[in-house]
Amino acid sequence: MTMPAAEHPLRSAARADRDGLMQRHPAIFHPSPARRIRAGLIIALLVGLFGYGLVVLDFDPARLVSGIGKLGHFLWFMLPPSTGTWAKFFVYLHALAETVAIAFLGTFTAAILALPVGFLVAKNIVPNVVIHFLSRRIVDTIRGVDELIWALIWVGVVGLGPFAGVLALLCSNFGLFSKLFSEAIEAADRKASEGIASSGGGKLHGIRFGILPQVLPIFGSQVLYFFESNTRSATIIGIVGAGGIGLHLAEQIRVLEYQHVSALILMILVTVAIIDQVSTRLRFALIGERAAP
Amino acid sequence: MSTAVPRLPDHQLSALAGAYAEAVAAKRRQLYIGLALFILAYIIAGIVAEVRPTTFFTNLWRFTDYIGRIFTLEQGAAAGRFVLFDVVEWMWGFDKWMKLLWETLLIAYVGTLIGAIGGFAFSFLSARNLTPNSTIGFLAKRWLEFFRTVPEIVFALIFVVAFGLGPVPGVLAIALHTFGALGKQFAEVAENIDMKPVDGLTATGATWSECMRFAVVPQVLSNYASYALLRFEVNVRGAAVMGFVGAGGIGQDLVEAIRKFYYSDVSAILVLIIATVMIIDLATEWLRHRLIGLDQRS
Repeated sequence: MTMPAAEHPLRSAARADRDGLMQRHPAIFHPSPARRIRAGLIIALLVGLFGYGLVVLDFDPARLVSGIGKLGHFLWFMLPPSTGTWAKFFVYLHALAETVAIAFLGTFTAAILALPVGFLVAKNIVPNVVIHFLSRRIVDTIRGVDELIWALIWVGVVGLGPFAGVLALLCSNFGLFSKLFSEAIEAADRKASEGIASSGGGKLHGIRFGILPQVLPIFGSQVLYFFESNTRSATIIGIVGAGGIGLHLAEQIRVLEYQHVSALILMILVTVAIIDQVSTRLRFALIGERAAP
Repeated sequence: MSTAVPRLPDHQLSALAGAYAEAVAAKRRQLYIGLALFILAYIIAGIVAEVRPTTFFTNLWRFTDYIGRIFTLEQGAAAGRFVLFDVVEWMWGFDKWMKLLWETLLIAYVGTLIGAIGGFAFSFLSARNLTPNSTIGFLAKRWLEFFRTVPEIVFALIFVVAFGLGPVPGVLAIALHTFGALGKQFAEVAENIDMKPVDGLTATGATWSECMRFAVVPQVLSNYASYALLRFEVNVRGAAVMGFVGAGGIGQDLVEAIRKFYYSDVSAILVLIIATVMIIDLATEWLRHRLIGLDQRS
C-alpha cells in the first residue's frame, strides 16, 4: 500500500467535487442523530457495565501490577521447559496417553449412545409434541452441566481415576451429540425417504436407506471435530481427580515447579495439534474438503 | 400402473451384476477393516483409561442413589422428602447464591469484553487478506492459537498463584482464552469480506488503519458481535466452574457442597446454574437473530 508521489486522479476528482458529493450523499457524511445516539447509548452501556464489573470484582491496580510482576517472574522460571528426570517424563507421557484414551472413549461411546436418541429427539421422526419437548429439555439439561461437575459426581460413584473422567466426558458429550444429531436429521432431505415409502418401504426402511446415508457422514465429521476439543477437556478433568495429565499439571502449579508446568503445557499443545491434524484429515476424507466447517 | 422393464440379455447382465457385487464387496471390506481398527483402538483406550465395567455396574446404584439424595431435603419440617415440598428450605441460601451467580455473570462479561477487544485488534493483523505483512500475520496466528489451545482453567490455576484467590484470576483467564478463540473466529469473518471497498479506499490513498476503519469494520461488525455473544454464553459456563480452582464465582460453593456432602445444596446450586445458563442461552440467541436480521435489512 505505497502511496504514489503524485495525487491519484480518483482522489483529485473526488476532492474537486467535494461539495457535490456531500450534497448527494448526506447520509454518509452526516449520519442521522438517532443512529448516533443509539450507538452512543450501546457503547455507554457496555462500558458502564464493564466499569461496574471491575469495581465489584475487586480489580485493584496495585494488585494487578504486582500480579503481572509475579507472572513475569514465573515465565522467567518456566524456561527452558524441563521435566527434571526421564522417569518423570514417562510418568507424564503415561498420563497424556490416559488423557487421549479418556477423550477417545468419552467421545465415541457418547456418539454411539446418542445415535438412537438423536432419532428420537428429531421432530420429523417422532412427531409427538410432548415427547419432542420433554426429550429436548432432558438433553439440554444434561448438556448444561459442565464436564468438571460431572467428573466430581462420577468420582464419587466409581472412585478416583480415569474411568470417572471417561464417564464425565461421556455424559456431557451425550447431551451435545443428541442435540447435534437430531438437528442434522431434521435438516436431512426428505425426498429419499419419500421415494422409499412410495416404492412400498416401511418407516424403518425409510430411516435406514433414506436418512441414514445422508446423515452418517455429517455425524462422523461432527464427532471427529469434537474429539479434538474433548482432548482439551480431558486435560483438565484431572484437576478434580478424574485421571489424565490435569492432575500433574495442577500439582506442579501448586508446588511452584514452573519448568515442569511449561513442559506439561508443551506436551498438551503438541498432542492437541496432532489430534487436530488427524481429525481434520479424516473429516476431509469423510465429507470432502469444501464442506468441512 | 405397471410398466415392463426391458431385461438385458443374461451374458451382459451377469457381467454387470458381477461388477456391482465386486464394488459392494470392496466397500464392505473397507468398512470391516475400519471397524476392526476402531474396535482395536477402543480396547487399547479402555485398558489405558482403566475402564472397569464391573465396578461401573456394581456401583451404578450409587449414582441413582446420589441423584435421589441431592433432591431430598436434609433439614426442616419436610426433611426426608422431595425438595419441592419445602422450596424455602431447599433454597435457603438463595440470596447468597444469586449474588455469586451475578458475580459469575460479571466475570464472564468482563472477561469476554477484554478478550473481544484483543481479538478485534488481532483479527485485522492475522486475516490472510488484510495483514499488513505476512510475518506479522503468521506470528499473530500462532499467538492466538496458543491462547486458544491452553484451557482457561489452566490459566486460572497459574493466575491464582500470581494474583491471589478471587475473581480477578478468573476474569483474566477467561479473557486470555476468549482472546485466542474470538481472534480466530473474527479473522475467519474478515477473510470472507468483499474486498472491493478496501481496494476503493486504497485507491484514494487511505492508510492501512483508515482502510480497516472505513472499509472492513462496517462489513464485519455485526458478525463480530454475534460471535462475541456466542462466546459470552460459553464463558458463562466456564465462569461457573472457575471457583473449582479458587478463581471466583459460584463454583466455589458448588465444589464445597459436593465435597462436604451438603446434598440438597448441590441440587439447588445446579438448578440455579442450569436455569441461568438457559436464560443466557435464550437471550443471546434472540439478540443474535436481531443482529443478523439488522444485517440483512440494511
